[in-house]
Amino acid sequence: MAGVHVTTTINNDPVEYVCPADESLLDVLRDNLGLTGVKEGCGTGDCGACSVTLDGQLVCACLVLGAEAEGRTITTVEGMADGEKLHPLQEQFINNAALQCGICTPGFLIAAKALLDENLSPTETEIRYALAGNLCRCTGYDKIVKAVQAAAKDLRKQNKKKK
Amino acid sequence: MRYESPTTTKAAVALLSGEKGQAYVLAGGTDLLVRLRMDTIEPDLMVDIKRIPAMSEVTKTASGFKIGAAVSGAALEKNKALVKAWPGVVEAANLIGSDQIQGRCTMVGNLCNASPAADSVPALIAAGAKAVIVGKKKRTVPVEKFITGPGQTCLEKGEIVESITLPAPAKKSGDAYLRFIPRTEMDIAVVGVGISLTLKRGVIDSARVSLGAVAPTPLLVKAAAKAIIGTKLDDAALDALAMACTAACNPIDDKRGTIEYRERVAGVLAKRTAKIAYERAGGK
Repeated sequence: MAGVHVTTTINNDPVEYVCPADESLLDVLRDNLGLTGVKEGCGTGDCGACSVTLDGQLVCACLVLGAEAEGRTITTVEGMADGEKLHPLQEQFINNAALQCGICTPGFLIAAKALLDENLSPTETEIRYALAGNLCRCTGYDKIVKAVQAAAKDLRKQNKKKK
Repeated sequence: MRYESPTTTKAAVALLSGEKGQAYVLAGGTDLLVRLRMDTIEPDLMVDIKRIPAMSEVTKTASGFKIGAAVSGAALEKNKALVKAWPGVVEAANLIGSDQIQGRCTMVGNLCNASPAADSVPALIAAGAKAVIVGKKKRTVPVEKFITGPGQTCLEKGEIVESITLPAPAKKSGDAYLRFIPRTEMDIAVVGVGISLTLKRGVIDSARVSLGAVAPTPLLVKAAAKAIIGTKLDDAALDALAMACTAACNPIDDKRGTIEYRERVAGVLAKRTAKIAYERAGGK
């Protein structure tokens, strides 16, 4: 099988790879590029563990072909923190104990960030709907929702200071 | 498998019709890549249409709207003119899956997947939408005639749906889509109902009613439209609508609902959908 040569941008870094035409972006990220923060849960777009953004759009990496990433911009959980400084969502997931085994966490973080990028004051219902594509089988959702609410508050404060 | 991402419809058609093995169109991939993964398909060629500019946009035309085959659910929601003109169609498309799925899934993909329970299809049928098919020749097929059976469409080898067209809504018109699922979100419809209607002096002058998930294909139910045309959607009209919808059902029994249940729900849901469409049309 001929490989597809792809030039793309991942977490602000230019990246090149060759992948089989039928390989998923999830497998490329994890196996070729070592970005193992992107998790595989179901592999069929149901659990959201492999959530990444593709040109700013929240998607499941398992339902994208590696070949499709040519010229696009991808963000994974590895690109969330600013160097050593965690993103407010990451901070608040820790503060609120919004994780247990951690498999779903990167996906939740990416999906929650996609929500807060659009809406810094989401209602609880909006948060629950926005995270409906992410499944957690241990902690439960209340702590996750609380962490997102707390991070939204932090981000609103940060924005106020900037102004 | 080969992967191609042409930049024109013509090139896409040439690739698809020139392939001797199994060729598939890749739009959002939310169904296709699952099937690839489950090994239920073994493609020799996948033609990604997302680099074709004409397929990647919603355009306002003289006769209404043209929705490209590669336009995602998330992009539909962001198109204010489309949401205003056909709120029911956009709501139906947005009911499909999570935000992650919405970022990729397309309405044309939903149509071509040809599930009896496809959420956007009854809304499209009610709206009088048409599929623009490109192959050796260009042809246009009303959405209600596009799906020929579960997973089956009228597409022939080398043909591709380029876009869906929607008419400009008439004055004093409204559309709506409701589906019933056993949970709050992310499930397959037990029943879906799409209705569009137009008022003349407060009375329903024309209407289209479509049911999903209650027959091998989504249905255009003319008897149900007839039940509300000429009325102000009073209780008698609503009851007649419900009866016509129940009578049109030819559903399966499955874990989501029995035959009797689906028939009953089709009637109840049609009433609720009609009320929303009527209100959106400005009816009181």
